[in-house]
Amino acid sequence: MFDAINQQLLAHVAEGLPICARPYAVIGERLNISETDVIERLKHLQASGIIKRFGVIVKHAALGYRANAMCVWHVPEEKIDEIAQYLLEFPFVTLCYQRPMLPEWRYNLYCMIHGKDKSTVLAQLARINSRPQMQPFEHQVLFSRRCFKQRGAIYNLN
Amino acid sequence: MLTNLQKKLLNDFQRDFPLTLTPYADIAAQLNVTENEVLQALHELNQRQFISRIGAIIPPNQIGVSTLAAISVPENELEFVAAQINRFSEVNHNYERENALNLWFVLIATDATHLNNVIGAIENETGYDVLRFPLEKEFFIDLSFQLDLTNV
Repeated sequence: MFDAINQQLLAHVAEGLPICARPYAVIGERLNISETDVIERLKHLQASGIIKRFGVIVKHAALGYRANAMCVWHVPEEKIDEIAQYLLEFPFVTLCYQRPMLPEWRYNLYCMIHGKDKSTVLAQLARINSRPQMQPFEHQVLFSRRCFKQRGAIYNLN
Repeated sequence: MLTNLQKKLLNDFQRDFPLTLTPYADIAAQLNVTENEVLQALHELNQRQFISRIGAIIPPNQIGVSTLAAISVPENELEFVAAQINRFSEVNHNYERENALNLWFVLIATDATHLNNVIGAIENETGYDVLRFPLEKEFFIDLSFQLDLTNV
């Protein structure tokens, strides 16, 4: 049931649910569908995995988590799955992705670590890298400095 | 300072937000407060920029085509170039990071052609090459995260 209405609905919930007594009615009004239709569609989008998570999206930095590190490793293709699973054992690892290597950027495994300060994150990263299976891999850590933009994606663009 | 109610709202409702007619009243009932208190607390968290929104996280490429991208920009031009990039509505995250490759942003477009066009436009406007790092495999995506809010 991925139709144009769902597309618009996602665009609205990506922007943010109104903070008022009947938020789904407000969205329904904008889309010309009923409040219960909005709710049923959102349940379905969530059940089918198109919405992975629906809830409060916090701003880590404002809440004292000032160190946001993107950690990258160069891992041979055949080892990627094994190493990714290893990274996910650490509770402070929130995201883990494989991305292509480029001549200018020889890293293919990425994870994110959010921490209160740099030294905490560096200690966490040291724990990851201290294990023998991580030692052969070149790596870098890229702390964020300024955030120029953080918002939900805008879908349904022209 | 955050109230206990605000701390609970921040930590306990990052996922499974109620899909009911009156979600905020249902949260209030669960926390033994009034609906108005919940609405007030969330408005304040929003105003003070502690939350980005109450919204949906949609994995990359479920809808449209997205990519992580990066460019190297001299420090003294960074703010200007970041603003040029932010003007594109297809860009939803844009961070300076500590590396020679120092500006990292995420783009989402309706399809591959649209994405190419936007990246081409960014390259033209900024005068810098954009490196693309599209997702090849996702091992985990959650971003819900237990915050330690004792000193906030």
